[in-house]
Parts: sequence; C-alpha cells; structure tokens
Amino acid sequence: MIAVILAQTIALTGGTVYPVSGPKMEHATVVIQNGRITAVGANVTIPGDATRIDVSGKWVTPGLIDGLSNLGLAEIDAVDNTNEGSTGKDIASAFNVSEGLNPASTLIPINRIEGVTSALATPGGGLIGGQAVLIDLDGGTIEQMIDRSPAAMVMDLSEGAKHTGNGSRAGVAARLRQVFNDALEYSRRKADYNKAQMEALAAPAADLEALLPVLRGEEPVLVNVNRKSDILTALRIAKEYRLKLILAGASEGWEVASEIAAAGVPVLVAPMDNLPSYDGLGTRFGNATMLAKAGVKVGFYFSDSHNARDIRQQAGTAVSFGMTWDQALRAITLTPAEIFGVGDKYGSLDAGKVANVVVWSGDPFEFSTAVAHVYIRGREIPLTSRQKELLDRYRTVPPSY
Amino acid sequence: MVVAAAACAGARATQSPTPAQHAAAPAAAAQQDSFSAERAQYPSTYQRHPNSPVLIKNATIMTAAGQEIANGSILFKDGRIVAVGTSVTAPADAVVVDGTGKYVTPGIIDVHSHMGVYAAPGTFAESDGNEATRPNTADVWAEHSFWPQDPQIPLAIAGGVTTIEALPGSANLIGGRSAILKLVPARTVQAMKFPNAPYGLKMACGENPKRVYGDRGGPSTRMGNMAGYRDAFIAAEAYRRRWDKWNAKHEGDPPERDLKNETLAEVLRGHILVENHCYRADEMAQMMDLGREFGFKIRSFHHAVEAYKVRDLLAANGTGATVWSDWWGFKEEAMDGIHENAALLQQAGVKVNIHSDDAGVIQHMNQEAAKAMYYGIQAGIPVTRDQALRWITANPAWTLGIDSIVGTLEAGKMADVVLWSGDPFSVYSRALQVYNDGWLVYDRNDPLHQPRTDFELGQEPLPGSDR
Repeated sequence: MIAVILAQTIALTGGTVYPVSGPKMEHATVVIQNGRITAVGANVTIPGDATRIDVSGKWVTPGLIDGLSNLGLAEIDAVDNTNEGSTGKDIASAFNVSEGLNPASTLIPINRIEGVTSALATPGGGLIGGQAVLIDLDGGTIEQMIDRSPAAMVMDLSEGAKHTGNGSRAGVAARLRQVFNDALEYSRRKADYNKAQMEALAAPAADLEALLPVLRGEEPVLVNVNRKSDILTALRIAKEYRLKLILAGASEGWEVASEIAAAGVPVLVAPMDNLPSYDGLGTRFGNATMLAKAGVKVGFYFSDSHNARDIRQQAGTAVSFGMTWDQALRAITLTPAEIFGVGDKYGSLDAGKVANVVVWSGDPFEFSTAVAHVYIRGREIPLTSRQKELLDRYRTVPPSY
Repeated sequence: MVVAAAACAGARATQSPTPAQHAAAPAAAAQQDSFSAERAQYPSTYQRHPNSPVLIKNATIMTAAGQEIANGSILFKDGRIVAVGTSVTAPADAVVVDGTGKYVTPGIIDVHSHMGVYAAPGTFAESDGNEATRPNTADVWAEHSFWPQDPQIPLAIAGGVTTIEALPGSANLIGGRSAILKLVPARTVQAMKFPNAPYGLKMACGENPKRVYGDRGGPSTRMGNMAGYRDAFIAAEAYRRRWDKWNAKHEGDPPERDLKNETLAEVLRGHILVENHCYRADEMAQMMDLGREFGFKIRSFHHAVEAYKVRDLLAANGTGATVWSDWWGFKEEAMDGIHENAALLQQAGVKVNIHSDDAGVIQHMNQEAAKAMYYGIQAGIPVTRDQALRWITANPAWTLGIDSIVGTLEAGKMADVVLWSGDPFSVYSRALQVYNDGWLVYDRNDPLHQPRTDFELGQEPLPGSDR
C-alpha cells in the first residue's frame, strides 16, 4: 500500500508557484515523485508516467506549518482523558509526547484539508514541560507521523510557571539554573550518582539526562515567555548555558526586538493576540511586524489547535499590520521548519524536499480562497473530514440516515 | 398610567429619562407615595456626543439593507443618518471624508460579549461574569458588574463594534439580565446603556450548569437542568399573576418584590428577550418546548454549533441562531460544529448572528462573517454579501430589539458607521474610522481619536499600542 503511494508521480502544471525559498513563478510546474519534490520551475521535464494535474489559475505553496500546537495530543479540551500534552510535573524533561500522539484524531483531517500539513505537537505545564515533536498531519502510526523527535525542549518562564519557583519569577529562574547545573554535574559524575555518592539532585536522573542534548546546544529550547523582562531573562539564561533558544509567545517582544535580533534567537508569535494581561500589558497586533523589521526570524502559531487552519487568517492579519506578504507566508512555512531544524526537508518548494504541497484557488490568506489539493509526503489527501460528513448528512433536514 | 407602566418593574421601567427628569424625580412627597418598583431602575444616562455633520463620499456603501452602492456617499448629522446614495450633498459645516477605494458599513453589533464583566487584565478582581453561587440567578444584572474601564473595550471599538450585549456567563441555568451598551468611552455603565433597549435574559443549557452544580446540590444532569428552568418559570407565572392583578387595580398593599421573579415575569410578558446559550440540537428542541409551556419565545440560541441540524425547527419557531464561524471541539457539546452552520441557517430562513463570546474575536467580526459566508458559498450554499453583513449588524439589532434604531445604513437610523480601508470581507482590511451615534470614537490615523481607558494610562508599555 505504502509502496504504491510512494511510487506515484504527480505533475502540478501551470500554476503560480510560491516556493518561499525564492520568487514566485508563473505558469510553473511542481513534480512530485516518491513522496519528494523532484522539480520546480517553468521549464521542467515532466516524467512520462506522471499524473498531470492542471492547476492553471491556482496558487501553489508549501504546506502550512503551525509552529506551536496540540495537534495529535488533544481531542476535546474539556475531557481530560482525551488530552496528552501534560504530566502535571514541574520538571518533565524526559517526557516526550510521541507516544501520546493519536493518528486517528479528528483534528488532523479537519485541519489538513485546509492546508495545514505539519505542526509542532507541544507539551505544556510546569517549568520544563517536556519534548515537543514535529509531525506531519498524515500517517496511520505514530512513527509515520513524526518528522523530528525531539524537535525542542519546552520550558515556561511566563507567569504561568511562577508556582514552580515558589511564586516568584526570580525563584523560577533560580530553579531552572539549579536544574541545569545539576544536569551538568550529573553528566560529569554519573559514576558517583550511580553509587549514590552525590547530594540529592534537582530532578530524577532521566530528566537530567534528557537535558544534556539541550545543554550541548544540540536540541533547541522553546521558552514560553511574554513580558519584556522575562524575555531578557530567557536571553540571559540562554547565553549563560549556551542554549539554542526559541522564544514563543513573546507578546512584548517588539520592545526588545533589537536584543532578540542581536542574540540571533527566532520567535514564534500569534499575530492576532493583543489582549493585555499582567504577563504582557504591551501585547499588540504589530508585534510580529516589528520583530521582523528588526531582523528577527519570526514564525507563527495559533493557540486554538482545533482551528489550526486559521493560521492563514493569522498570517493575513499580520500583513494588514505591516508585515510583507512574503514574510507572512514564510512565517507559516520555511521559518518554522528552520526553527525546528528541518529547513533542509520542509517549508519550501524545492527539489529534494518532502512533498508537502497545497494548491489554492487564490491567495491563501484570503477568506474567499479554497483549497483545491493537499499533498502530504506526496500523497494526495482526500478532502474529507468528520465536519464534511456532518455537512453532507445535514444538507437536507431531516437528514437521511 | 406612568405608575402602572413602571410597576412592571422591568424593561419598560428602565427606559431612559433625561438627566433633568432623573434629577427631579426623588422629591420628598413623591417618595412617600411611591415605592421602589415604581421608580426608574438604573436608567440610562446615555447622551449623544455633539459633533459636526459628516459626509463620507466616493466609497462603496454596504447598507445591510439590500444595497451595495459603488461610488456612494453617506451623510450623517446630529447622530442620525440623513442620506445614503450616489448624489448626496453636504451642508457647509460638514466634515468631508474621502472614501475613494474604501468601504462603509453599519457599526458592528455583538450580541454575545463578556467585556466589562470579564475585563482585562483578567485577574480574580475582574472576574464578575458568573454569579456561580446558585443555578437560578435571574436576579442579577450584568450592568452591575460591568467595568467601563476595561481596556478590551477600545480594542473592540477599533474593530468597528458600536453596540454590544454584555452577558452574564453560562454557569447558571438562568444567568441574569444582559446589558445592551453603546461602545463609547464613559465613566459609568449607565452612560453606555442603549436608550430604550429591552433587556435580555441569559439562560444556559447543557454541560456548564451541570458541571458547575453537579456536586453542589444540582442540577447534575440535563433533565435536572430542564426541571430547574421549569421550577423557576412556574414561580414566575404565579408572581406575574399577582402583580398584573395589583397593577390593574392598585388596591391594597402591592405584592412583595422578588428580583428573580420580577425578571422572569418580564420574560413572560414579552418585555425581556431570552438569549439562550445552547450547543446541541436536541436541547434546542427542548428549550423551544419550554418556551411553549410558559408562553414565551426564545429570541436566539447562542453558540448554537448544532443549530444547522434543526434549522427547520428554528425557522418555524421564529427563533434566531447566534454562532461562530468555526469554533468547535473545546467540549463534547461543541464537537459537531461545522463551517457551513451560518450559511445553512440563512438558507432555511433563520435569523443568523455571528457573535464573539471573546474579546479577541470581537475585534474581527467582519473576518468571521467573511469566513462563514465564503465557506457556505464554497459548499454550494448561496449567501449574499448583504446577508453576511447582516449577520453582524441588522440581525443582531433584531435579536436585541433595537433594529428600528440601528443595524443598517438608512436615513433616520442612528449614525453608527464604520469606514473600512477596503472590502470588510478581505483579511487585509482594517477599520479606519468608527462613528458611534455620529461621534468619531476611533480613527486609525489620528491618536486624538483613539480614546484610552483609565487602566491604560501611564502603563509602560502602553497596552494595545497600535490598535
């Protein structure tokens, strides 16, 4: 079955192609073979066995990526037993969400048929929530869904984590440093640890062990943070421990945009968040734009994963607040792929990349635009979902059962 | 006559007297002869802000009354729309706004907001939306919680919203009275109360009441919910009879006031409109039967994610549906939400509103209406631009009982007007100017017309700086 799918060759011909990695191409062709993009351009040779699909007049983009989500980990918010993203522990670095992923989640078809093809499945809660994984919204098994695991270690320095630092921001920062220090100490003295010749450490060995790739700068650290001062704390700690930092939320990021840019730290933002709280009184619509203007690498997410499909509304709204259209498309394609270390495989339409491709009737950010085709790893996704079946059942009332 | 009307002690008693009447009322002699139910109940003190006439010309005017006028003009003066059309002349003192390439719509009306009762910054101190202490709180009024300095309010204004219904939350079977408010800067909620608007009553079905009260004496089931509504209205029926009898003759002592029954009796008289939080189709059918049992009609089902399943029943009952474009899945009763809900309801002849229930969504109601319209069209369900605009203007005005005053751009209507940078159904358009009763309450390009709440002053950084 899989072999048959992978062997399929598809040529999307005549569309306006937005590769993201370069300028748009009119009347161009995208060739998909064995789950990969094999050619993109106005003058490409189409293999003889290719199924040709005429997409003239349509727009072709990479599949959209939601940079921070519960996709695969949540079904019904109010039903605890359908949620898999949290352990309830303060320090859960050894917790990798993978085996909580549900390939049968109804959220997956509902969102992928509107162009979202990948997402970060993200743990939450506590100071160190655990390991996020990047998934494709297709695949019958967990293994088939995962693009990269772990994609990032998730931490929280916002007010939401204050309880893990005895109720104070300084306490949270101190506890995080203690955990890092103990992880380093543990790595130096594993033999002593095994002989129980060490003082008690700030976390169990498995959690400290899981932090070592982070402390070696191999695995990125995604830090939820909003207030300007907390953002600077995150930058400070990242510098102290040479972490590969990703800021998420960052609602007051615009105020310290030059510091973030100077540190070379990418940011994941929700461009339509602007409600003030004490964690971020300076939350504003223009955050994404101002960060991008300062030279920060900006990716987007949408906090309601049931409607991850609205990531394109987020992007369009960011444009209405001054971001360029190209920046906004990059923020939901190539930028998140780069942030999670898979920029060589995902996020743009280039030969050799995984064939996550969407064909739109027009500008993907506009409400008037519909999805025509979605490909994930080269497989054409049937445009069906539980919601589409409900619509079809109730096109007439009473319905025919 | 005046006494009899006031004794209804409900919507009719709260129609706004002028400040002069209000001040003159509590004369000592009158106080001795009257009692609380006969006096004005927290009356509106709203007053129109004085302004020059305004002419917006060369714009696309979307009236929400059937027309989309290219190269059109709209003139408003003294808070009223004077003329809409292709050849409108302005008086000499009018401010003329060039609307070339721009669009004009009526002010947006959101029938489901918790701004002011769940204000930002969102701590316990501002958590005033659910009197979750007993399942029937028909006695509480949202206006008594409403904080006019909620910094979310200017953000909603910047999204083109001119009127809201601020509602109690959905913890209770009967949550209390709503407040219909003009979204203008004000010191008091009374100064925001929409003159002569009837009250709404918040009721809630399903999961929320049974979750909140399940281990606190009930209800713990949907059948318990139904029994709770019925008990409340049985008591209100008797109360209404007692008062109607006394109001007719004024003989002997009046019955003792009871705030819960006072509100519910006004529902039974048709003076207060029921706004019913209800997700599941089968529960909507139950609630419409409840209305038949007690002789009232539910005005609109709110959230109503399954309304499309019983759209024929809603249409036959004359009950509206107030929905999101795409929210679903946050609880089990919200699992069957579909994008085409609004379009299917529209097609069946149901009065559709798009609502927010959220201080973020209220800032882009135009986008939500656009989504619901285009998803309908893409599924082959016909929806016109005028109909979609009515989902956020004329229809919510009907739901609130103020459609003779606001909701469309027609001569004589209140000058609640939004100027958009482009087609309001495009993701790229923003509100440029918002006029509320003729008052320029927001101008995207002029900080002098971006009023700040007290909360925002002196905060570093300024909340919502670039709204």
